[in-house]
Formats: sequence, C-alpha cells, structure tokens
Amino acid sequence: MFENNQHLRIKRAHEVCGPAARSFALIACGAQKGAVIWISERKNPEQLFPAGVARFCDPARIIFANAKSSIDVLWSAEEALRSGAASIVVAEVEKPMSLTAGRRLQLAAEAGKTLGLFLIPEGMGSNAAETRWRCSPQFDAKDSTLLYWQLIKNKSGTLGGWVVRWDEQARRVIVVSKVGERAGSARAPD
Amino acid sequence: MSLWFPRLASERVLRARPIDAPFALTQTQSNTQRIYCLNEQAEQQGLRKGMGFSDARALCPDLQTGLANPREDTRFIQTLARWTGRYCPWVGVDEDGLVLDVTGSTHLWGGEAGMLDDLHARLDRAGLTHKAGMADTRGAAWALARFGGGVAAEGEMLQHLGPLSVAALRISDEVCNALQRLGVRSIQDLVALPRVTVSRRFGPDLLLRLDQALGEHPEPVSPQADPVNFAVRMTLPEPIGLAGDVSAGLERLLERLCLTLTDQQMGARRLEFTARRVDQASSQIEVCLARPMRDPIRIAALFARGIEGLDAGYGIDQIRVEAVEVETLPLRQATHHGAQEGDSLADLITRIGNRIGLESITRCLPADSHIPEKSFTVSLAAYSQPAAQGAWPSTGPRPVYIFPPESIAGYAPEPPRRFHWRRMSFVTARAVGPERIAPEWWLDDPAWRSGLRDYWRIYTREGRRLWLFFTPQNPGWFVQGEFA
Repeated sequence: MFENNQHLRIKRAHEVCGPAARSFALIACGAQKGAVIWISERKNPEQLFPAGVARFCDPARIIFANAKSSIDVLWSAEEALRSGAASIVVAEVEKPMSLTAGRRLQLAAEAGKTLGLFLIPEGMGSNAAETRWRCSPQFDAKDSTLLYWQLIKNKSGTLGGWVVRWDEQARRVIVVSKVGERAGSARAPD
Repeated sequence: MSLWFPRLASERVLRARPIDAPFALTQTQSNTQRIYCLNEQAEQQGLRKGMGFSDARALCPDLQTGLANPREDTRFIQTLARWTGRYCPWVGVDEDGLVLDVTGSTHLWGGEAGMLDDLHARLDRAGLTHKAGMADTRGAAWALARFGGGVAAEGEMLQHLGPLSVAALRISDEVCNALQRLGVRSIQDLVALPRVTVSRRFGPDLLLRLDQALGEHPEPVSPQADPVNFAVRMTLPEPIGLAGDVSAGLERLLERLCLTLTDQQMGARRLEFTARRVDQASSQIEVCLARPMRDPIRIAALFARGIEGLDAGYGIDQIRVEAVEVETLPLRQATHHGAQEGDSLADLITRIGNRIGLESITRCLPADSHIPEKSFTVSLAAYSQPAAQGAWPSTGPRPVYIFPPESIAGYAPEPPRRFHWRRMSFVTARAVGPERIAPEWWLDDPAWRSGLRDYWRIYTREGRRLWLFFTPQNPGWFVQGEFA
C-alpha cells in the first residue's frame, strides 16, 4: 500500500485520526528507511510499547521526544521536518491545529523532504494537510488483525476506504476488501 | 627545596572547623578503623598514627574524630602546589609534601633564608604544620625536611646528612631494618662502607638513593602540568551589536577552541557563550550537544538561534566561549564522505533538546524482565546507542501502546462479556488467554502489589482489541494496552 508512496506522499504532512492511528503510523515507519522521530506531549500517559512496536517496525529506529506543551510538540515537529535528518516524523497532537500551523508544517516537510504524520483527535485537523486518514480496528471472526483505513481527505486524488491486514512475516500490508465492499458501496463497513 | 606537611589531612579539616581539643581522622583499613591523621594535642595524649580507633578512644575519651577523605587531601595538596608557584615555577608533588626547584629564584627573596622565612610565615598563618629542607639535591632536601630541617649549604651536604638516620634515604622499611640490625645507623656509617659489598647485600637501589641524595646521580623535579582550560575569549576595541558581528566573533573563538579540543582529543558536550555588554551586564547562551563535537562550523550553526535572541543593550565588548563539559573524542580518519552518518540527526537532537530539554529526548533499550512495563528501559538518546537488531526478546503478542492500568467493573475470573472503558461500552467477541505473569518477588513494586496477573487479549465486537488483565489474588479487571 505504501510501496510507491501513492497514497502517502513523502515531502508532505498528513493527518491520521481514529483508534488505530498509532499502528497506521508504525506501518508507515516500517515502510521507510532511516530514523523516526516520535514527538508526544509529556503528560500523555499512553506510551508506545517496544515489544508490540517490533511487529511493525524496529523500535531501535525510533527516537522519542517528550515535549512540555502542545506548542513545543509543533515546534519540535517543524524543526525535525525541516532538518531532514529523520525520514519520518510522527507527532501526537492533542489540540486543534490552526491553518497557519498546518501550512508551516507542510512547508517544513517540503523543505526537509521528510514525511510528516500528525496523529490528531477526531475532527481536529487543519485544512493544510495533504491527506487525512481515519483508522480503526475491525472485528472479524476469522481474522484478528483487520484494520479499516479510510481516506477522508485528499488534496491530490480521490477518497477511498480499505480493509487491510498486516502480514507480520512479509512485513507488508495486504488489502483484503473486495470490490463490492469498497467505500461508498452499499455493503461498505462503517 | 622539599616541603613536608606531617598533619595535612587533619589540618585541612580543622581549617574549616577549628577545634581546640584532641582531633583525629580515621580510615577503615582492612576492616578496622585506624587513625589516619591526628593533631598535635592528640599526639600529646599518646596517640599514634595507625593506632586502632577503639584503643585511641580508651586512651583519650574526649577525642573528636572525622572520616578521612584522601581524594580531598590530594586536591588540597594540588592547591598548595599551585600556591607555591609564587616561589618558583618548578613545583612537583611528593608524598605528603611538595618539592620545589628553587635554583635561580632565591635571590628574589633575598637569599635562601629570606625565602624560607616568608614561606614559614605564610604557612603558619594558614595553620599548616610543615617542615622545610633546602639542599642541593632533591633527596637531601627530602631528608632534611623530614629528619632534621634547615638549609644545607653548597658542598656541605655530607656534614648535614651524615648524622641523619638511614631512613632519611627514602628506602623501604625492610632495607632500613636490615641496615639498623647490621649497626649501620646513620648515613655517614653507610658512606664509610665499601660500595661493592653494599650493592651485593642490598641491591643497587640503596646506592642509587644515596647517590641521589649526595648529588652523584641526577634526579629532576617533574613539575605539574597546567590543567587544560577549554575557554577562549575576545575583547573588542569597539562594542558590537549586530547578530552577524556576534556570530562572526563566535566563529573565530570556536576555531581557536576547537583547535585546543583537537590537540587534547576532546569533544565539547556543553558549551557556554557569554557576551559581556559595555554596562558590565552579561548574557549567556548555553548549548548542550547530543554527542561530543569539535567542528566549529556545526557548533556555530547550533548557536544561531540563541544569538538571534541575544540582548545587545548598548553594545557587546567581550565575548567568551567555554566548553563546560568535555568528553574524550579520539581523532578519526577523515573519509571522503565528509560528514559522518548520523551527524545531522545528532544536530537535530541538540536543537530540539535545547528547547524541550536534552533529557526529554529518549530511546528505548531492551531490558531483561518479563514484567511488561519493565521489558524496556528509557535512556537518553544523546548518551546511548540504539539497540542492535534482534536484541528485542520475542514474547507473546504485545500491544502497540500501554498506559497505567485502568480499572473496569468485574470480579469473576472469566473475561467480562460486556464492559465499559473510557465511557465506551464493549461486547467481548473473542478472548484469548490467559497468559499469567507473576510479579518479581525480589522487588517490591507498588504497581504489582495486587499479585499475579492473568493477561487476556480481548477482541471486541466494536473492533477495538484491548489488553486486559485479571488479578486472581485480589479480584479485579484492568485495561493496560491496545493492539492497534
């Protein structure tokens, strides 16, 4: 899914929301090479668990930055995107992002040729984002690793929805949704 | 000239806390507390160095004591060595004392006696017991300082040294005892003996010491090297105020500083830039580096943001850069790649770290524990290397993220069929488990007071896949992580 950067273009800032946003970001990290900067606010009690992260990407690649405030999260994200030292920058944002902030981050990502991923609460993104994804785990009696990825905003393409499965051995995403179950069709999962 | 401080350690303590009573410092030597150094009053009570502490207390019940701190003593004698630089530039540290090569500097004090008078007066005022000996050779001065005192004029060495005991020759106790047993008590007795017999009986060391004392064999004083100072400064003829001028000055200073660092094979870890303004106020910029560095161009770039925010006031007339913390950084073969891999990442860590704190930038390293929360350690990214690939132990399926356990309703050992968590209600569709994890009994971890944990992977009909655990010894259900 991420092989040819078709949906998640590098040099751009993207937004991800939903309960499975972290696994989406980790899968994106696994698809890239190089260091990962993962910025979150210090007061956030949820932290990545390396033993679980290892299924998606090597935890040794991730450098965590625990910022004091939400402003510092955005500041560090801009700095990291602009420097281009890391191949992917993930920031957990907890407050609504303004258009100015989103645009600045977009420009920083372009300048540093870095992929920026912003994990936002539902409905709190900025209009400057290249794409916005909503990711949620999905229950299936047969398969226990299904995820539903919905592309809900796309500046340069169409929207869509995919039911995907993470193949741990092959380390790649396998799209399992059938034609009739595409987003927008009558039987699409909600 | 040789200086001897027989009560250095106790006097160092007494200088800070004067006591007019018997006082001694004790040190634990092979499981006994022994007296390490004592003052004059304690010696008058019959105490001796090396005596057991309990014996000393029995002899002198009002003895006051402290713990010996040899490291501080060494530092104190280094300070004294620096101070004696006022008499001559050539100062070396001896055991319990100093050795000064005063050749050519005595005339500044009106001769040897004048210099000694001044030295005695100043050390007495400082409250330090000391003995000084002055002679043509280092060995003879040592002997005079410890076994007699005074000045041995040129060519009269043997007259002064002759009556002293053979122990004054800096020889080991065994040799000294053996000589005493043979009836060779003073140095003149030893000189009278034929050299061949002496060296056959006692080896060459004894004669070497004798020759060194009498000046037949040279023994130079090796002076203390000046500690390297990683600081440079620049005083400007005209005050400056433009950010560009300050950075230009900083670049020049960093070039000089980095040359010193390269000479010493050191790299700066923390740098402090001080700009003194014409009104005597000064402002500082501190930069903590994510890895030891000595590249002036890269360091200057890291200061750029700080210089922009600098308040120049009426103008800056002195700038100074100091490497406050340095680490060894060996020289490396230059490669045609130029910049090293990871340099840009280290610079990024430095830049972010200087805003949110270098201690807030971390990475996870594997740890040897089966407790989930302890299966990794968080270490500072600036001071650690990433774990090797495959260093992570393989465990059962683990969640992507965890949080402190959050309690949910339910007391039965079977997984709840429906439950509420974070104001959401869930219906359990499938439960996989249990995986029992026992607390580490050798550690008292407050989070694990509730005893064993049975971990379950709960697949809910709503989609969320949660990591729950049940505590059988203290019935209750908790959510600790999520798998997606």
